[in-house]
Amino acid sequence: MIEPMDFLLWVRGTAFDVSLGIFVIGVVVRFFEIFSLGRAANFAEPRGTEFGPGMRTILTRNIPEAGTFKRQPLTVIAGYVFHIGLLISLFFFVPHIQLFAATFGFGWPGLPTPIVDAAAVLGIAGLLAVLWNRLTNPVMKLLSDKEDYLVWVLTFLPLLTGYLAYHRMVDPYPLILGLHILSIEFFLILFPFTKLMHTFTLFLARWYNGAMHGRRGVES
Amino acid sequence: MSTATLERGLNALREQIDAPVAAFFSSCVNCGMCAEACLFYTETGDPKYTPIRKLEPMRRIWEQEYTIVGKLKKLIGLAEPVTDEMLEQWQELIYASCTLCGRCSLVCPVGNDIAFMVRKVREGMVASGNAPPDVQSAAIRAVKIGSPMGIRLKALQAQIKHIEADTGLKIPVDVEGADYLALLSSMEVINFPEYIESLAKIFKQAGVSWTLCSEAFEATNTGIQIGSTDIARELVQRVVDGAEKLKVKYIISPECGHAYTAIRWDGPNLIGRPFPFKVVHILELLDELRASGRISTKDLSGECVTFHDPCSIVRKGGVIDSPRHLMNMVSTNFVEMPDHGKWNWCCGGGGGVSANTDAEELRTRVFRRKKSQLEESGATTLVTACANCRLVIEEGLEEYNMEFPVTGLTEMLAEHLVIEED
Repeated sequence: MIEPMDFLLWVRGTAFDVSLGIFVIGVVVRFFEIFSLGRAANFAEPRGTEFGPGMRTILTRNIPEAGTFKRQPLTVIAGYVFHIGLLISLFFFVPHIQLFAATFGFGWPGLPTPIVDAAAVLGIAGLLAVLWNRLTNPVMKLLSDKEDYLVWVLTFLPLLTGYLAYHRMVDPYPLILGLHILSIEFFLILFPFTKLMHTFTLFLARWYNGAMHGRRGVES
Repeated sequence: MSTATLERGLNALREQIDAPVAAFFSSCVNCGMCAEACLFYTETGDPKYTPIRKLEPMRRIWEQEYTIVGKLKKLIGLAEPVTDEMLEQWQELIYASCTLCGRCSLVCPVGNDIAFMVRKVREGMVASGNAPPDVQSAAIRAVKIGSPMGIRLKALQAQIKHIEADTGLKIPVDVEGADYLALLSSMEVINFPEYIESLAKIFKQAGVSWTLCSEAFEATNTGIQIGSTDIARELVQRVVDGAEKLKVKYIISPECGHAYTAIRWDGPNLIGRPFPFKVVHILELLDELRASGRISTKDLSGECVTFHDPCSIVRKGGVIDSPRHLMNMVSTNFVEMPDHGKWNWCCGGGGGVSANTDAEELRTRVFRRKKSQLEESGATTLVTACANCRLVIEEGLEEYNMEFPVTGLTEMLAEHLVIEED
């Protein structure tokens, strides 16, 4: 029987290093996979430029077109709520920043814990709404495959275990903290090989879209 | 063309996969927002028409052959192959229910250019023999006869003779050293010869040196619609040869949507080099003539008119402001539809859909989108700048028993043109 403390030490040590390594190498490999495919030269005389419009689209796609939003508000709102909740919990929770600072030598100011706590609740609620939407919206139901549910679980578990750990809702504490870290390790290991990669590739996708349209003189 | 086989189809799909495609597929989280941008979904409510789902054959090839995990899954037998049955089933999704209008590409939150990828999937469909028979035969006619509607030079010559006799205007043909070479769509030759007459009238007034080319008058490009680079290249090459022979400085793309995509944006890439001439859309040229004061209009009516943006010219072509300047030149009461410009909804017949009899019923159903847009606009006359949109809209209006005159913008401009006798 492994003691909770030993488990915590293991997930914080070896397991964390290994999963972080897989994450970093995996992301690099995935970007290499994409860029190595290349893009054909374009001989058509451009009407506009590529770089600027590409960068612009990276920003503008954060805001949905009004008509589309009206037809599918739940997807947009739940998506916003869970992403914001997740990002605040991840990047503005003081212990997270301290861990980062201890590893990389620099940090940034955190947010007061009640705010982070609320963000985590919003994140959890948002993710539940996303899941409900995926299971009931006819379009999402048809589109969704096993991987969509896998990445949902991978995203949900760190939020849930983090919330339980912070509020000491599981005894012993080292066990739930260890499980929280373990859930993040699963997230890191699978990140490069699943749709979680959209976190990074969407900047590339939006840029290509904006650039290809921009060349033709269309703001996309 | 060599015989179509599944293997050739899969190879064609592989050839289409580039860095943008990989970035797009890597980014899709199956959120389904693209469905809300597609009139085939909004008007039917059938989730199978969700744009991103139409790309499943190419997505599978990408995943299984261009990603580590996909390769592993394939190795241990977890990958679902792309089969002939699948491609056959996908024909409806790739052809009958996608006009390549590109609205989904503007809506996708992660930035996927879905229409750009549907166009790519069509290459695989053609190579595997899964393109719709109607569109295929139009492509064969285009290659063999020179026009998808089977219109030969004789038919054009007859129309020219008629117009010249009726109006006393001269339609120049094969004039070497003219500035502009005007292209026409078959539909303009047969259904809307008013367009040719309007060009002659406007260009005479503005003093534009122009010509038609007897060897290259057809602007439409079925290769672009069906998704065959080989056919598209051959058709573009004819135009390039004609333009180079006559040593023109410009080619004028006519009031046709996909012809503009074909010659303006895809053309140089199809032949693998930049053009030695410039390509302008007729609306761009007319707008230039307006801005430089070479044409003016009179007797404008106050009747409420609206403009239907052809997807290929506006959203995919970037000719957005010109039609608006010109609309204000022909009417004192121009109003916009609720979604207009780059957000316009397709007429439902682009991308080869209007040539596809399998798509007829669906096309009529999804026309409801345009119908309600028209009703909301409050206009009583519709102006557009694409012969295909025009026919599709006229058919749709008839189907729904709506009295709504539809006209071409160039034609309307010619009607109101101030003619200074010399």
